[in-house]
Amino acid sequence: MTRAPRTRDALLGLTGLALVVAVVQLLPTLGLVDPAYLPPATEMFSALAREVTEASFWTQLGETLRGWAIGLAAAMVAGVLAGIVIGSVDFLRKLTASTIEFLRPIPSVALIPLVVLIYGSKPASALVLVVYASFWQVLVQVLYGVADVDPVVRDTARSYRFSRRALVRRVIWPTALPYVLTGFRLAAAVALILEITAELVIGVPGLGNAIGVAQSSGAVALTYALVIVVGLVGVAVNLGARTIERRALHWHASIRRDL
Amino acid sequence: MTTVATWGRQLFWLLALPLVLLTLWWVASADSTSIFWPPLSTILEAFPQTWDADRIVNDALPSLARLGIGYALALVAGVAGGILVGLSRTVRALCEPSMEFFRAIPPPVLVPVIALFAGYTGSTSKIVTIALGCLWPILLNTVEGVRGLDEVQLDTARVYRFRSRTRLLQVVLRGASPQIAAGARQALSIGVILMVISELFGANRGLGASIVQFQRAFAVPEMWTGIILLGLIGVALAGLFRLVEHRALAWYRGVRRADRGA
Repeated sequence: MTRAPRTRDALLGLTGLALVVAVVQLLPTLGLVDPAYLPPATEMFSALAREVTEASFWTQLGETLRGWAIGLAAAMVAGVLAGIVIGSVDFLRKLTASTIEFLRPIPSVALIPLVVLIYGSKPASALVLVVYASFWQVLVQVLYGVADVDPVVRDTARSYRFSRRALVRRVIWPTALPYVLTGFRLAAAVALILEITAELVIGVPGLGNAIGVAQSSGAVALTYALVIVVGLVGVAVNLGARTIERRALHWHASIRRDL
Repeated sequence: MTTVATWGRQLFWLLALPLVLLTLWWVASADSTSIFWPPLSTILEAFPQTWDADRIVNDALPSLARLGIGYALALVAGVAGGILVGLSRTVRALCEPSMEFFRAIPPPVLVPVIALFAGYTGSTSKIVTIALGCLWPILLNTVEGVRGLDEVQLDTARVYRFRSRTRLLQVVLRGASPQIAAGARQALSIGVILMVISELFGANRGLGASIVQFQRAFAVPEMWTGIILLGLIGVALAGLFRLVEHRALAWYRGVRRADRGA
């Protein structure tokens, strides 16, 4: 793509965002929607501006991000290790296939009552949900990745008597890496959803909890302001994951072709 | 005889680990006095009593109906909107950043926002939550699918003066359908999450509501039956989805195979 259409697209995108803000501003001001439900955009932004000066806001943001990062990291480590072990041993792969297929679609929110009983509204509750939900995303992708190893390459490595470690490092890992990063991207988004869910539903401290409190105490503009913040966090997570994917795979055909 | 042996072997791989795990659960929990981990036998005994006809008709089925309606609405709106947005480069550029933002909002925060409008009792608010949450993955994937359409195919359809209805259904919709299916699969798991948590607010009937009531009443075996039922529903929906996808995208797998063979 040449430069001009790209600038044009960016300008159009900004126009689109401005239109959304304008609609949110006009609907309540023109009386089409009751401002008690949907305050004008200016009120949301001023609530947001007040909120970012509060120390408690940054604590909540920190709590959300910490829960998300720890859960995602744990799920990544567990998912990648389990995926490589299971994926490279034929016996294990066959043995676990049905169990993985069964456990994966179990909605993680089904575990909410259990973690509430055991941990209450401590961050551990959110951690269990986040790890459970994102682990499967990673594991399944890693399994695809390991299965994608070219049999000829694998046999060549075997003929050259690669050690098990060298086989994992030189053959399996480079093949599986694109899948690992896809798993990472999916898991990063899912982890944020579950972290916010746990905060909102169970009352684990963080932004989700703050939204629930703002809504039930009738702070309408603040509720929307916090939803905007959570949305921006989500955008940052998605963009960050995509950037990491592109950086780590700069050598890989799927990325190079883009340039 | 070989087929019997193959079947036997497949059955072994399919059932060996699940059976071992269930046995482990059964044995390990048999003498459990911990309130959180009742014996599996107690849970299984509680299952038919807990999910009797009344609970299934008044809790489980309405929840599933709300999920079905919300999901169907999201599917129709997402595919229609995605085709409209995807076909024009200008509209796509105009909408994409805003859609990326709405997609990035974790869907559960829709619950308090929708609660602002109409409170959170009744089915409508829950259906709206499910529909809005499922909409974005379907919409964005449809846009992506329409953008990836083969230009030659589009031009060919134009040159041969396909009627616009035919062009839309046979070229655009069909060409985008693998991507739409990917979005629909993401949306389904979000829908199940929203089905459960929309009932944790201001509802006293429904799957999610019942499970939380069991938990609040410390009726732990009953709570476990709810968790297991939700798990089974998740597995059943995923299976159903795969079945539909398998049939609807049979042509696509054929094309892929032909491409690889060539």
